[in-house]
Amino acid sequence: MLVLRLTDATYTDMVAHALDGLPNEACGLIAAIPGTDKIDRVYRCGNAAASSRLYEVDPLDHLKADRDAEGRGLEIVGVYHSHTHTDAYPSPTDVKQAPDPSWHYVLVSLKDPEPVLRSYRIVDGAITEEPVELERR
Amino acid sequence: MAIEVEVRLPTVLRQHAGGQASVQANGETIGAVFEDLLRQFPLLKGQLLSDDGSIHKFINVYKNDDDVRYLDKLDTPIGADDVISILPAVAGG
Repeated sequence: MLVLRLTDATYTDMVAHALDGLPNEACGLIAAIPGTDKIDRVYRCGNAAASSRLYEVDPLDHLKADRDAEGRGLEIVGVYHSHTHTDAYPSPTDVKQAPDPSWHYVLVSLKDPEPVLRSYRIVDGAITEEPVELERR
Repeated sequence: MAIEVEVRLPTVLRQHAGGQASVQANGETIGAVFEDLLRQFPLLKGQLLSDDGSIHKFINVYKNDDDVRYLDKLDTPIGADDVISILPAVAGG
């Protein structure tokens, strides 16, 4: 079953980064123990596009995150980014540029006073929302 | 003498390279290494280079810790101890 499992810490980190990134979109990568959907680590990355409408994961931040994850026995399994003025739903640009059908695509919307976090799979242009399960530690 | 280097592939490209996370390729520049990769793994065609022959905009290519776009792109020279990493360019709106 498709699901994204977060802890309080990983959930809070993505939402906090979204808020810290204002007025621009914030972005980063998420890593899991291989073969699981449980996100163990959040890597905040720079937004090389430095825009409130677009994001581009800073390529060197991506390389560092990839290496760090590998060193910890984790793998990068998805990306998160914020939408500052729109819903937590993939934009046409998000779908067009989604690089990996096995990834989780997490959106944090700051459109409303309360941030909204949702997760999707994007396969061949088709968007499927997956449940987000929050595990309390 | 040909230089053989390690090329690390992202998950999304491994299916085109026999499922391997890391492969060996020969070449003295990034461009030559890419040519060798395409010889070994023809399914990578269209994934590494765009139609105009430049590095595809959907990937980032690194020589050790450097993005080769800020070096000499496909002409970036390679030494035997270098590691080439390819990662997807992650972007959207």
